Amino acid sequence: MELTTVWFVAIATLWTGYFVLEGFDFGVGMLYRVLGRDEPERRAAISTIGPVWDGNEVWLIMAGAATFAAFPEWYATLFSGFYLPLFAILVGLILRGVALEYRGKRDDPVWRARMDAMIVVGSVLPALLWGVAFGNIVRGVPLDADHEYVGGLGTLLNPFALLGGLTFVAVFVTHGAIFLALRTTGDLRVRANRLATRAGAVAAVLAIAFLTWAQALRGDTISAGVAVAAVVAFAGGLVANVLRREGWAFVGTTFAIGLAVVSLFVALFPDVMPSTLDPASTLTAVEAASSSYTLKAMTIITAIFFPLVLLYQGWTYWVFRKRVIVAAS
Amino acid sequence: MDTLDLARWQFAITTVYHFFFVPVTISLVAITAGLQTAWYRTGKEKYLRLTKFYGKLFLINIAMGVVTGLVQEFQFGMNWSDYSRFVGDVFGAPLALEGLLAFFLESTFIGLWMFGWDRLPKLVHLGCIWMVVLGTQLSAYFILAANSWMQNPVGFRYNAARGRAELTDLWAVLTNKVVLVTYPHTIFAAFMVGGAFVAGVALWHLVRRPGVDKDVFRSALKIGASVVLVASAGVAISGDLQGKVMTEVQPMKMAAAEALYETEQPASFSVFTVGTLDGSKEIFSIKVPYLLSFLATGHFDGEVKGINSLQEAYEQLYGPGSYKPNIPLTYWTFRLMIGVGMASAAVALWLLWTTRRGRAPARWLVWLAAPLPLLPLLANTFGWIFTETGRQPWLVFGLLPTASGVSPGTTSGEVITSLVGFTALYGVLAVVETKLLLRTIRGGLAGTDGPAESPDESPDKDGTADKPLSFAY
Ligand code: HDD
Ligand code: HEM
Ligand code: HEM
Repeated sequence: MELTTVWFVAIATLWTGYFVLEGFDFGVGMLYRVLGRDEPERRAAISTIGPVWDGNEVWLIMAGAATFAAFPEWYATLFSGFYLPLFAILVGLILRGVALEYRGKRDDPVWRARMDAMIVVGSVLPALLWGVAFGNIVRGVPLDADHEYVGGLGTLLNPFALLGGLTFVAVFVTHGAIFLALRTTGDLRVRANRLATRAGAVAAVLAIAFLTWAQALRGDTISAGVAVAAVVAFAGGLVANVLRREGWAFVGTTFAIGLAVVSLFVALFPDVMPSTLDPASTLTAVEAASSSYTLKAMTIITAIFFPLVLLYQGWTYWVFRKRVIVAAS
Repeated sequence: MDTLDLARWQFAITTVYHFFFVPVTISLVAITAGLQTAWYRTGKEKYLRLTKFYGKLFLINIAMGVVTGLVQEFQFGMNWSDYSRFVGDVFGAPLALEGLLAFFLESTFIGLWMFGWDRLPKLVHLGCIWMVVLGTQLSAYFILAANSWMQNPVGFRYNAARGRAELTDLWAVLTNKVVLVTYPHTIFAAFMVGGAFVAGVALWHLVRRPGVDKDVFRSALKIGASVVLVASAGVAISGDLQGKVMTEVQPMKMAAAEALYETEQPASFSVFTVGTLDGSKEIFSIKVPYLLSFLATGHFDGEVKGINSLQEAYEQLYGPGSYKPNIPLTYWTFRLMIGVGMASAAVALWLLWTTRRGRAPARWLVWLAAPLPLLPLLANTFGWIFTETGRQPWLVFGLLPTASGVSPGTTSGEVITSLVGFTALYGVLAVVETKLLLRTIRGGLAGTDGPAESPDESPDKDGTADKPLSFAY
């Protein structure tokens, strides 16, 4: 395989990992306030993601940094072009990160209510806008011959991208609810389980519409096949959820999100930023890539250290594998 | 203001802000790890209580470091897209290494440490915080290697066809002589902040709550103040080395640091100057003869090049234009870095002296509790403002002028939105964070006793349920 292809796969892997992992902690962030009826329940719900959310977010940092190193042109075009949505995403993630860490540091209902608001906004907004961003990457945006974005904010808010945003939110709500059902006990677990079924039905409709539209815009048999597999996995997860097999349900949504992201990247390849103005202005992986020396050096280092990262991140999930119970109030 | 100036202000504000939290994190996590190690080895409860107390303050601080770091990672692409295109091949590698080797480590093991108190064996739990220490050190090294490449580009070739710098030797970038001196200097400077923070908090408690946990806070005061003293020696030694390397790779920065217009041999160092710094006249200044020569070259009679001759040389080399940074800014930030930082070392020394052999600190000393950590923190800020503005007009020294790095397609409206947005958000968060820190400091050691969390008595019918997580949430 060409090194540029290897790195395209690496970037796709990082985004896939990011959405699978942060997907459920976004979902928990959107839900714990409504699913938890009182403070002990809310605290238990939020504790399920407490030890892991920051590690999940590093997948995003890695996706950004690896894009910078392996595809500088892609990094430059993407983040300067999607300036305002990215700004809003960063604001959301800042609010959420601070609130997740500070919520429990004071025993005061007003303080907690404020932090709750920050966590909810900080979970919904980035989920929605990442969906919008990925919709636009796949659909293509106006780029000039220098690969500079020449559209406005309105260009990014097209129906397809907005559908992408709603799909991301609905799917993450489902993924998060299933995760909560898997990691909690008692009433909270039952409520999460029920909500997952209802949210899952909505998410399934949105996801089918979004993936079909994406395939119509840009896709081939492989990407279509992967998209179908994603939908099947999602359906399987929902069935498992109805049968209260929470572990299998979570496996289902995990595969569904992973495969759906993969299908988008497969559809995109070999481009990284298609231009809607002139096909010649489209930025391809090869054009965006760093020199072969840089790619080679990064490949060697990543091959050594990435498995290590997976190992200790996996270990964290093992250490915190037990269900969190609600403290007596 | 045009997009360029706005983008520069934005970068300066967000980066300086990020660096308020970074030195505290780097040092406080190491001190906390040291305290926990002391507890592990001696079993003395006071060390455990200090670990939990300062560990909590560390967690409050790092949350801000993490979220502001996120902005750092993406704003190169947002506001500096042409810069990213130009340097990505070289600069991206250390940045990606930072993520892969440092951030994953840090964030994962912080979660384990925070929630693992009663879940992990003691030694493994201790290992977790040491992994976080390792993460912060790696993080600092890689990002400083990236920054040092901008000060002194090495290990690359210029690809004219693609108009960009390309990496030819990663090892050369990671062993750039600038990073080899910048890393120790920055780390020692960070330890001055953390040590001063630990000492300042302890001082406040000793004076304001003289009866409560006196012995524990006495230990903390001694530990903190000693850290400041040792680190200040490290800062001075590494700073001296750094001055020499800087004179070699960026002589203009050294000339600007002294506002030295004409080449001198030997050159003196002015402690301060009243009057203009434009080379025309100085009204009054206190000078230490030979000192600048020594700082720059290591010899008391070494030659130090002046701004005017360097300007001429650069015009020959790079074409017409001004190659002078903002002289008053570099002159004063350089002095303030040294002066303000060393003042905190003096305070630390004084505290150790007045509390020797069981003596209680005088009541008025409480007024030093807040300035003590703020002084080295400001010295860090001044040092960075000096380093970064002293590099101007270059973004990458000798290769890429700052004006060529800005995103061509980004509008000033967009940059204003994010500039105002981030500044306002950061302002509010600063208030929230400071209040929370002060509250937690005032709370003292209450709630830190008891070696582990109380065993769980809640029903656990199927044996798979965990107890509520309590240390952090
Ligand atoms: C507590 C903070 C602190 C203190 C007391 C000092 N410094 Fe410093 N200095 C920094 C904190 C700092 C820094 C962390 O802010 C910088 C910015 C970039 C860097 O590498 O470290 C810095 C930069 C910096 C540079 C610029 C390097 C460059 O641009 O390439 C020089 C030459 C010195 N320092 C020299 C000194 C000397 C001779 C000191 C006194 C004995 C001194 N510093 C005290
Ligand atoms: C080590 C990582 C760092 C990198 C890669 C870096 C990179 C940059 C870049 C790209 C700019 C934009 C050019 C410009 O605005 O002129 C800049 C400017 C600046 N940086 Fe840094 N920086 C780093 C660390 C810091 C730190 C820690 C501080 C302060 C605490 C700092 C303070 C500044 C300031 C004040 C400017 C504005 C200079 C000016 O525009 O005149 N930098 N830096
Ligand atoms: C302008 C360049 C910089 C970038 C792109 C950057 C990026 C980041 C990011 C993304 C994080 C969050 C990591 C997480 O989620 O765990 C972070 C945190 C951190 N950064 Fe920076 N940073 C910059 C400057 C610096 C400098 C100059 C230093 C040290 C000398 C530094 C040291 C740290 C440390 C120790 C942390 C972890 C804890 C904390 O922030 O308090 N950073 N940085």
